[in-house]
Amino acid sequence: MQIQLSHPARTVEVKGPKKVKDLLRELNLVVEAHLVIKGDDLVTEDEMLYDGDQIEIRPVISGG
Amino acid sequence: MNCTKCKTKAVIGLPRHNAAFCKNCFNGFVHDQVARAIKSEWMFGKEDRILVAVSGGKDSLALWDILLKLGYRADALYVNLGIGAYSEQSHAKVTKFAEAVAASHGAMLHLHTVEQEAGAGIKELAQLIHRPTCSTCGTIKRYQFNRVAIEQQYDVMATGHNLDDEAARLLGNVLHWQEEYLDKQSPSLPASVEGFAKKVKPLYRLSERELAAYAVLNRIDYIVEECPMAKGSKMLQYKEVLNRLETESPGTKQTFYWGFLDKQSKKQPTATTMAEKDRAVLHPCTSCSQPTTAEVCSYCKMMARAGTAKS
Repeated sequence: MQIQLSHPARTVEVKGPKKVKDLLRELNLVVEAHLVIKGDDLVTEDEMLYDGDQIEIRPVISGG
Repeated sequence: MNCTKCKTKAVIGLPRHNAAFCKNCFNGFVHDQVARAIKSEWMFGKEDRILVAVSGGKDSLALWDILLKLGYRADALYVNLGIGAYSEQSHAKVTKFAEAVAASHGAMLHLHTVEQEAGAGIKELAQLIHRPTCSTCGTIKRYQFNRVAIEQQYDVMATGHNLDDEAARLLGNVLHWQEEYLDKQSPSLPASVEGFAKKVKPLYRLSERELAAYAVLNRIDYIVEECPMAKGSKMLQYKEVLNRLETESPGTKQTFYWGFLDKQSKKQPTATTMAEKDRAVLHPCTSCSQPTTAEVCSYCKMMARAGTAKS
């Protein structure tokens, strides 16, 4: 599946199926600092992601 | 994962509340947290006119959206800092929200453009006066928001500072033992002297992740890119540390910041209140009349230095 990341903007390919929390762990990303969006929908950490899914991992932290 | 309230499929888990919510129940949760913040800190009432400081980011646009949906009279001010494409994009996001959402509630958007008044964008201005960009930006935003709130007779000014912002700021103040700043970390600061607007932070009970989720779920189109000037900032480092702790031990951020607020509220009143302290040291700027500790306020000094440097 294609994973879209930000800061800097890039796309990485990850083999599915995989749970959201495992994907974040694999990419060394902290749950509290990110949202995972499948297509147009927000998904929880126990959601299973499959090859072919369009995934965006969006950082939520700003300089504030 | 199912919604704790209605048992349908959840869209977000909130470990610090040991809960998960579907979209509708999450919106209810967010609105409830903001309503509780407004009530418990005596921020404002339904008749008050509120000026929301908007940047095009998730927090300030979510705040404007929530206040309007809760039935408050909330207009907004956007300060265009002139940071190239970043400012152009954030300006477009704010305008889009104002036209598509806020206008239907009868709310309006004020605009201040730094380049129009100062003759230069924030980056160039900071270089001209030899000051860090973020500090120049802070001075301009604080000044302009206060100016518009006073001139347009708003009862209160609201900013989108969230739980992460306040916990990170508290961590920074404690790490450097900047005790003099702790009194200013209340989510509700009164208009202590003539010329200062009351300032409130209605989002202090909500985390940055919860606000980003609110924006995504409610199709609020915000600027995801980080301000290019904020890269490597101390605030970002403090937030990263706190989020690592939060992931291991949910509730750390709220225990830290809300615990601080609880202790502050139980402190024995000192001989002089914050308002009395302010009244003792602040007086009108000889150039613009906004309150300042010096003869001329830092904003007017900055503009004068920028003018001299350019000529």
